Amino acid sequence: MCHQTVSLVQTELERRGIVTVSLTVMADVTAKLSPPRALAVPHPLGAPMGPPHDAAAHEAVLRRMLALAAQTDVPLLA
Amino acid sequence: MFPADLPLRYRFLLRTYRWRRAEAVPAARLARPVTEARVALVTSAGFVAPGDTPFDLDLTGGDASFRTIAGDAPLDALSMYHKSDAYDPAPITQDRNVAFPLDRLRALAAAGAIGEVAPRHLSFMGSITRPDRLIAEFAPAAATLLTGDVVDIALLVPV
Repeated sequence: MCHQTVSLVQTELERRGIVTVSLTVMADVTAKLSPPRALAVPHPLGAPMGPPHDAAAHEAVLRRMLALAAQTDVPLLA
Repeated sequence: MFPADLPLRYRFLLRTYRWRRAEAVPAARLARPVTEARVALVTSAGFVAPGDTPFDLDLTGGDASFRTIAGDAPLDALSMYHKSDAYDPAPITQDRNVAFPLDRLRALAAAGAIGEVAPRHLSFMGSITRPDRLIAEFAPAAATLLTGDVVDIALLVPV
């Protein structure tokens, strides 16, 4: 459900001109939801950014999300 | 492919649920480079800042409203309201950044990877099975808030 919530909010933000990138730990669900830009990561549901207190891992995920921001060929699931 | 830790009944729900596919919208375009952009986070972890109204965990279909969290908020002070036992809550309890990486976004701003951290970030409660009010009311309100804050990029993290 969380991925659906995020996807619906994301689409509305994008419609209003904000560039959006979401994270997903369930790529097949996200493929059905089809939000503008999504980055798939192999993390558990309760820790989508990675292990607690692993700042380097979290920042790496954010950097990968930001790298998708300039993409205009949407929907994009990377 | 579901996470290996997802309980069986959730796997069944996810297979049979009629997903609300997002309407196809044209891509928004960056008005300035990422290194100059104002970036906001959106989480569905159900975080609430001290003194703010809690989410209603008893609402049928899920509480589709959202809370704002200030860009300089201390993460450890956030309360969490999320009606889900689909995942292990321990990681988020130990470090809010696993679902709401605001400390990490601040670090990226300090390193010059983004322009600046937005003044306000958004927190939804992820367990919304009936998203009608989310679509009609709260998602548009969220967009109005972030466009009012002149946010260039929103990064969304589901929990």
